[in-house]
Amino acid sequence: MINWTLVREMLPVFWDGLQMTLILLIASAITGLLLAVPLAVARAARSRWLSWPAFGYTYVIRGTPLLVQLFIIYYGLPQFGLIRNSALWPLLRDPWFCAWLAFTLNTTAYTAEIFAGAIRTTPPGEIEAARAMGLTRAQVFRDVFWPGAWRRALPQYGNEIVQLMHATALASTVTIVEILRVGRDVYTNYLVIPESFGLAALFYLGLTVLLTTMFRLLERHFLRHLDPRASATPAQAEPRKAPLHA
Amino acid sequence: MFHGYLPMILDGLRITLSVALVSLAVASVFGLMGATAKLSASPVLRAVAGTYTTVIRALPDLLLMLIVFYGGQILLNRFTTAQGWGYVDVNAFAAGTITLGFVFGAYLTETFRGAILAIPRGQAEAGHAIGLTRGQVLRDIVLPQMIRHAIPGFTNNWLVLLKATALVSIIGLDDMVHRASLASAATREPFTFYALIGVIYLGVTTVSILALGALNRRVSRGVRAEAAR
Repeated sequence: MINWTLVREMLPVFWDGLQMTLILLIASAITGLLLAVPLAVARAARSRWLSWPAFGYTYVIRGTPLLVQLFIIYYGLPQFGLIRNSALWPLLRDPWFCAWLAFTLNTTAYTAEIFAGAIRTTPPGEIEAARAMGLTRAQVFRDVFWPGAWRRALPQYGNEIVQLMHATALASTVTIVEILRVGRDVYTNYLVIPESFGLAALFYLGLTVLLTTMFRLLERHFLRHLDPRASATPAQAEPRKAPLHA
Repeated sequence: MFHGYLPMILDGLRITLSVALVSLAVASVFGLMGATAKLSASPVLRAVAGTYTTVIRALPDLLLMLIVFYGGQILLNRFTTAQGWGYVDVNAFAAGTITLGFVFGAYLTETFRGAILAIPRGQAEAGHAIGLTRGQVLRDIVLPQMIRHAIPGFTNNWLVLLKATALVSIIGLDDMVHRASLASAATREPFTFYALIGVIYLGVTTVSILALGALNRRVSRGVRAEAAR
C-alpha cells in the first residue's frame, strides 16, 4: 500500500519543510507577542483615544480571512509605484518577509484580545493592595498586574499559538516551501495521498502535540496555585495531571 | 474604480455565502452527532467522537481540505471504475462544503456538548415529573435552553467558518477570492480587488455579529443579564 521507498526519499524534504514551518511560527509568535502586549494595554485602557483604535485594528484583522491579508501584502502592495520605488521594496518582494508580516499582524490582533480580556478581569483588590503596600506604579505593573494577567491568558494563548502554527500552512500559497507545500509537491509529482498529505499530516500532528505539551508544562508551572493536588504534602504527592483552567 | 468587475465580485460573494451556509448546515449535523456520541453511554461512540475532534483540531484546515478533495477523488474513482462507470470529477463545491462541514463539525461538537451539559438535569426531571412526554421535554425544555447556551460558541464558529471559506479558492472553487485574483490579473490592480473583498468579508462579519447578537438577546430574554453572558 504505502511506498516506503518514496517515504524514505521524501523525508529529508519534509524535514526542510518542517524547519521552514518552525522558523515562520517562532518568528511570527515572537513579534506578535511583543506587539500584542502594548496593544492589549491600549485595548483595555479606560481612555477611548487608546481603546478605540486598538479595537478597530483587532476588529478589521479578526473580521477578514488571513489568506486575503496575505494576498493584500504579497500581491497587493506592489501595485503602488511608491512602494516599488521605496527602500522597503527588497523586503516586500520577498515572500518570506510578506508571510512573516501577515502572520505577525494577524496573531497580534488575536493575542491582544486574549490579553485584553485577561487584563479586564484583574481583581481591583490586587492592585489596591499592592498600592497600599507602597509599591510604585511600575512595580505594580511588573510584579502584580502582569503576572496575574499572563496566568489568566496562558491557556487561551496556547490555543492561539497552535492556531498560528496551522496558519503557517497558508505560506504555501506564496511559494514558500514549508510542510504543506512539500506535501502538495509530492502529490503533484507522484499522485499518492499517504506519502504526500498523509506524511504532512503526521508532521502537523507531531507539532500540535509538541506545542500542547509545552503549554501544559507552562500551565503546570504558572498555574500551580490552581491545582488542588499541588498543595498535597510531599509524602502523598503523586504524578500530577493538567491543572484546572481558570 | 473597479473597471466593471464589481458585479463579478459580488456574484462571487453569492458563491462564498452559499459555501459558508451549506458548510454550516453540514457542520451542525456533524456537531449534533458528535455531541450526542460524546455524551452517550457507549465507550465506542465516545472514543470515535473523541478521535474525531482531537485529530481534526490538530491539523490545518487547508491540509484537511486537500486530503478530502484529492483523496476523495482517488477513492471515488477507484470505486466508480471498479463499477465500470468510468471517471468522475469531484465537484469543488461538494468537496469544499463537505470538508468545511466535517472540520467545523468537530468544533461545533464541543459547543453543543457544552450547551447540553449547561442545562441543569433537574430541568428535564421536573418536566418528566409534571407528566410531559420525552418529546415534549426535548422540544419545550432542553432544546430552547441548549440554543441559548450554544449561541455564543456557534457565533464564533460561524465567523471562523466564514473566513475559512476563502481556502476553497485554493482547490479551484470559483468563490469571491478566486474572482478577485482573476480581476487582479486582468487589471493589474491586485490591491484594489483584494482590499475590496476584505471590506466585503468585514461587512458580512459585522452583519453576522449584529444578527446573532440580536438572536442571543431574543433567546436569552427572561434570563438575568448577569447569567446571560
